[in-house]
Amino acid sequence: MKTVKVYGPGCARCTTTEQMVKDAAARIGVEVAVEKITDAKSIAIAGVMSTPGIAVDGKLVHAGGLPDAAKLETWLQG
Amino acid sequence: MTVQTHDPVPHRAKPDWLWYVGVPAVGVALYLLYGQLIPISEWVTALFPVDRHSHTGEAIAFFVYDVPKVLLLLTGIVFVTGVLRSWFSPEKTRAILAGKREIWGYPLAALLGVLTPFCSCSSVPLFIGFVSAGIPLGVTFSFLIAGPMVGPVGLGLLYGLVGWKIATIYLVFGFSIATVAGVILGRMGLERYLQDWVRELNAGPAGDLPEAQLTLVDRLRIGLEQLREILGKVWIWVLVGIGIGAAIHGFVPEEMMLRIMGGDAWWSVPAAVVVGVPMYTNAAGVIPIVEALLGKGAALGTTLAFMMSVIALSLPEMIILKQVLTLRLIAIFIAVVSSGILATGYLFNLLL
Repeated sequence: MKTVKVYGPGCARCTTTEQMVKDAAARIGVEVAVEKITDAKSIAIAGVMSTPGIAVDGKLVHAGGLPDAAKLETWLQG
Repeated sequence: MTVQTHDPVPHRAKPDWLWYVGVPAVGVALYLLYGQLIPISEWVTALFPVDRHSHTGEAIAFFVYDVPKVLLLLTGIVFVTGVLRSWFSPEKTRAILAGKREIWGYPLAALLGVLTPFCSCSSVPLFIGFVSAGIPLGVTFSFLIAGPMVGPVGLGLLYGLVGWKIATIYLVFGFSIATVAGVILGRMGLERYLQDWVRELNAGPAGDLPEAQLTLVDRLRIGLEQLREILGKVWIWVLVGIGIGAAIHGFVPEEMMLRIMGGDAWWSVPAAVVVGVPMYTNAAGVIPIVEALLGKGAALGTTLAFMMSVIALSLPEMIILKQVLTLRLIAIFIAVVSSGILATGYLFNLLL
C-alpha cells in the first residue's frame, strides 16, 4: 500500500494528475491511497512551488505540469 | 480513497521522426494560411447580406479577420513559448534568485518572471517558496509583476495586431515598471505586512527533485500540451474581446473616441486604469480591443494604461494573493504598480 499525495490548489491539471496516478496504479496492480492536498500552506511546506506536485510515501517525486505516465509507474513501483 | 479499476489505456508514443517532420510542416502550413487571411476574410464578409462599408459590415469584417488571425498568432506564440519555457522552472529560478541581494536582482527577477512557466493558480506556493528561500520581497514582486505584464502572448499579439513599435514600447515600459515597482516595494520594508503564518513559516527546502532529462521531442510535446491547455482556456476570452473590438471598430464614432480617450482629457488615463483593474480577461482578450481603440484614434498613453492595468492588475489574482499578503500590503502593491502605469500613460500622451 502506497500513500500518494497530489499537491495542487484544484486546477484542472491537478484533477487530471490525480486520475493519472490512479490509472497508473491500476495498470501495474499497486494498491494506492491518493490524497489531494489543496491548502496553500501545506503545499508550500512540502516544498512544492509548481503544481501539481506528487509525493509517494512522503517523498516528492514530481512538481509542475502533468507527469509522464511511464514515470508514474516507476515511482509507484519504486 | 481506494483505486477505481480502470481499463488500462495503452499509451504509445508517436515516433520521433513524426515530430521532426510534423511540427515544421504544420508551422509552414499555418504561416501560409496566415498570409491569406485578408482575401479569405473579405470573401467570408461578402457572404453576409450587408453593405461592406456600413457600420455592421465594418464590424463583421473586423471580427471575421481578427478571429483566425488571433488564433493563429496564439497558436504560434503559445507553442514556441511552451517549448522555450521547458528549459526553465520555478525551482531553478528560485536557485538563481536566492542570494541575489544586489540591485540587479530586480531586473533579473523581471526577466525570469517572463521566462519561468507558472500559472496564477500556483502563485501562492511560488510566493512562499521564494520568500522562505530568502529572496527579498521586492525581488519576488518584480518576478510576479513581470510574469503577466510582459508575457509573450501579450507582446506577440501586440506585434501582430498593432505593430512592432507599440509592442516594443510596451515591452520596455512593462519591464521597467516591474523592475522599479519591485525596487520601491523592496525599499519599503513590507515584510511585517505579510500574513502572520507566512512570516512564521519555515518552508522546507524545495524538494530536491533530480532535474528531468528532457529530449527535444519531450519539449515539443510540452509545447503542444501548453497549446491545448491555453487555447482551451482563452478562446472564449478571445471571441469576447474581438467582439467588443469589432463593435468599437464598426459603431463608435471617432469624434466620441477622441473626446473620451483622446490625449487632451487629463482624466482619461486614471479612468482607463480604474476601468482596467476589475476587468478580468487576459492579454489575448484585451489586445483586439486595444487594436480597435487605437484604430479609432484613442491616445496611445491612455490605451497603454488601460491594457497594462487589465493585464498586470487583476482582482482574482489579488484574491489569491490575499492568502499570503495582508490587505494593507495588497493596497500598497496596487498603488505602486498603478502609479507606474499612470506615469507611462501620461508620458506617452505628452510625448505624442
